[in-house]
Amino acid sequence: MSDAGTAHPIKVTINGETYERTVLARTLLVHLIRDVLALKGTHIGCDTGNCGACTVIYNGRTIKSCMMLAAQADGAEIETVEGLSENGELSPLQRAFHEHHGLQCGYCTPGLLMSATVLLRDNPNPSEEEIRRGIRGNICRCTGYMNVVKSISAAAKEGAQ
Amino acid sequence: MTQTPTGETTVERVAPSERLGKWSGQSVPRKEDRRHLQGQAQFADDAWQRRMGYAHFVRSPLAHARIVSVDTSKAEALPGVFATLTGAEVRELTEPFFQIAPEPGGNIVEYCLAVDKVRYQGDAVALVLAESRDIARDAAELVEVEYEPLPAVVDTVAAAEPDAPVLHDEVGTNVAWHGVYDYGDVDWALENADHVVKIDRLHFHRFSSTPLECSAAVVNWDAGTDMVAIYSNNQMPMFASLVIGPSLGVPSNKLQFRSQDIGGAFGIKIGSYPQLAGLCLLSRKAGRPVKWTEYRADHMMSAGHGNERVFLDIEVPVMSDGTLLGFKVRAFDDAGAYLHYEPLGAVIWSQVTPGCYRFKHIHVDYTETLTNKCPTVPNRGYSRLQHLWLTERIVDIVANELGFDPVELRKKNYIQPEDYPYETPNGCVYDSGNLPKALDLALEAIDYPKWRRRQQELGKGSGKRIGIGIGTTLDSGTNNFGQSRIINPGLPFSGNGEAAYVKLDLYGEVSVNLGTTPQGQSHETTASQVVADILGVSPDDVHVTAGFDQRHNTYVAFSGTYASQFAVTGLGATMGAAERLRAEIVKVAAFALEASEDEIELEGGQAVVRDDPERSIPFMGIANLVYSNVAALPPELADSVSLNSRHTYRPPFEVPDPEAKRGNLTLTYASQTHACAVEIDEESGEVSILDYAVADDCGRLINPTIVEGQVHGATAHGIGAALYEAFEYDEDGQLMQSSFYEYHAVTSLDVPHIKTVHVETPSPFTPNGAKGMGEGGGAPLHALCSAIQDALDDDSPVVSETHNAWERVYRLLHPDPGTGRGVAVESR
Repeated sequence: MSDAGTAHPIKVTINGETYERTVLARTLLVHLIRDVLALKGTHIGCDTGNCGACTVIYNGRTIKSCMMLAAQADGAEIETVEGLSENGELSPLQRAFHEHHGLQCGYCTPGLLMSATVLLRDNPNPSEEEIRRGIRGNICRCTGYMNVVKSISAAAKEGAQ
Repeated sequence: MTQTPTGETTVERVAPSERLGKWSGQSVPRKEDRRHLQGQAQFADDAWQRRMGYAHFVRSPLAHARIVSVDTSKAEALPGVFATLTGAEVRELTEPFFQIAPEPGGNIVEYCLAVDKVRYQGDAVALVLAESRDIARDAAELVEVEYEPLPAVVDTVAAAEPDAPVLHDEVGTNVAWHGVYDYGDVDWALENADHVVKIDRLHFHRFSSTPLECSAAVVNWDAGTDMVAIYSNNQMPMFASLVIGPSLGVPSNKLQFRSQDIGGAFGIKIGSYPQLAGLCLLSRKAGRPVKWTEYRADHMMSAGHGNERVFLDIEVPVMSDGTLLGFKVRAFDDAGAYLHYEPLGAVIWSQVTPGCYRFKHIHVDYTETLTNKCPTVPNRGYSRLQHLWLTERIVDIVANELGFDPVELRKKNYIQPEDYPYETPNGCVYDSGNLPKALDLALEAIDYPKWRRRQQELGKGSGKRIGIGIGTTLDSGTNNFGQSRIINPGLPFSGNGEAAYVKLDLYGEVSVNLGTTPQGQSHETTASQVVADILGVSPDDVHVTAGFDQRHNTYVAFSGTYASQFAVTGLGATMGAAERLRAEIVKVAAFALEASEDEIELEGGQAVVRDDPERSIPFMGIANLVYSNVAALPPELADSVSLNSRHTYRPPFEVPDPEAKRGNLTLTYASQTHACAVEIDEESGEVSILDYAVADDCGRLINPTIVEGQVHGATAHGIGAALYEAFEYDEDGQLMQSSFYEYHAVTSLDVPHIKTVHVETPSPFTPNGAKGMGEGGGAPLHALCSAIQDALDDDSPVVSETHNAWERVYRLLHPDPGTGRGVAVESR
């Protein structure tokens, strides 16, 4: 009931930077990322693990960060959308989304980029069907997925991972 | 626009701008993308202020109940709680929201929190503010509300019955608005037709485009200045301002709306003003900024749903050659528990009264009711998609019952290319189009003959069926708000408009700001394209302010992003402001270059003397003369230029005739024609889309890729609504879908590959030949219902529901014995 709860010291590495914080037991990982560490690129769309707006890469796999407690993430290596570019330059995947109109309102985009990143790491030459399966956990309400699929496919051809 | 004595409407033709062309029409990559791709966008929930508290709404678990008591003492005693707010306080502190409806619907008394009664599951009863979102939620659970349950009414037709439980005692009935739209002579047509096709009931269901970002805001009522800053994702802030300002007693120049990036809205985020009003009061009471982020369950329950509509006793007079004379229908629209933006939907459908057809005799008896359900708000295709679905169902059912080919019947009855500008029976003027060509292109794209062959080959016993469907639809854009007077003749609204501001900055940089609140529609990109053409620069040289900020963006009361109009109103304003700036640049350049104004051309960020490129001055030089070297200019020139240009685009509208319910209600009519082939599994009722194509016509294209993206999105929404997405209430008014578990928003596996083709019929009424687009008119609902009907047997029940999940399709394939078909034909 009370917010006092139990406090847990944790250490996480996000985009190569290590953070040590004390979190309440009920703090969600996505709230640690957004509210405590102010990495606002990771979004919340559904609170129930359906929409994928909060997708991050957690020890190499995609997870929905609204479905995990921050305290559980102690020791984890996490990648978020803020880590995709180097020196402000768009990565090949980001560039493909830009060139093929893979985003409109942009709210689902960070989650989609993280899912697509893992998809392409696992399968550098995915078919359209494999791309669609790879992003089925990310709801996009603007694009009808057409140009998202096209963007990921184009990024694969460019050798993005 | 002028009304001739015979009542015909003519609309002024506009000479298209000659300067568009180099950049307009190109698929320029979007200026908005970089910040989104790098996680640097600024959405409403990304805002943060020092000392802010987190707000949470206490919502009613019951659909209809008297509020006996609200006790916030336990919540207030919880450590970390800053303040609470109840309906009783709100009644003391504010005036009720003004109502668009005339009496009796206009008698509704609505505050930002429920007072005395709750009227739907999710109705807000109290607000809690605390130092964290979790404590706020804990505290909300400690607010004790005693309810005395009342019977709920959830069916729009039943709600209109005299013995139905009444939601609003002040109204005395659940009928919020009723009116008869009558054009031509439908009784004559029904008497003289060779056939009359009678359809019992069609039902357009409730759904929402459910933007992925829920509503959110940070609101601060600043005690020092008495300014109320609202950083939110409301998509029509001027409407919100007009409604909540008088309620709160705050003049509009002290309400400051701001937004940057909005994570989809689709009309739903017009409806967040009651919540924002509550947050304003909570901020003033607590003396703190208030942060609110809607949970998805709150959004599903209370942010607003699209309109549900029932059509009863449809009668369609048809001649033996297939000429459709019109139709007669009783429509019941379910507005939910309060009128949020409603009853505007009760007239907005009539922008497309005859749909895409030359129906002459139309009679619509329209009733809007109040029910114990979430209030409806505009949702992509608002109010027109329901009506367009009716017209498309009529055409397909007539074809099936009388044995006409659905393609030929459409082509025979479509408004023909030579008919434009086409005046509808209610005085609207369709600007341009080529529907037969669009249908041919869409059918060609799916290889229609191939699917007809496959359908024949499949035969009985395969367990599968193939159906081919067509959906023709209109996307009417740029409303004449004068149509509100057809609902309520006393309303002081008419016309439409949008404002834009274009200037040169200190070193000659081009800056633009807009009155709009885009949610993915790429306004920064398309505005920069038209400005680049007019000022002779590249879109990269044009900076368009991201988002809307009432402190420095320009606006009019119509400002916002809704109803398929930016390409006309927003770009019309931008083009006008850019032209004014251009004229000033030319004037200063003519002086500086010792040339006459008509010799000056703008290119490459410079003013150049035609045929004498040595004589030129860059924009930096122009800005220098006006801003920092002003004594070098002749005084009369210096006094006549500012390099700051504002323009309001005003479409040529007049006030419609409320009595006759006639007038030009919309400036442009984009169209979409969808064609699809589906396979239906007889054992399960599952519908799989085998092929899908869209022919789109939005006049002159400003940015083809962006248009195509909007077509894809609208198609996905319609497919979702037709096959998966529905908000359903049980008989007690409990919502059955309150998360994305139960409400299946379409995924990448549900939306097929969408083929797109373009028809381009420029609008003669707009400054750039473009027509507003984006809503898409719900075409997949029409096309998929058409395809399902096509797959059924000729004597199967008619497809009478927009939502066709597996079970419903199974029931159509295997109707219970004794189930009627829902249709009858009288022939003479």
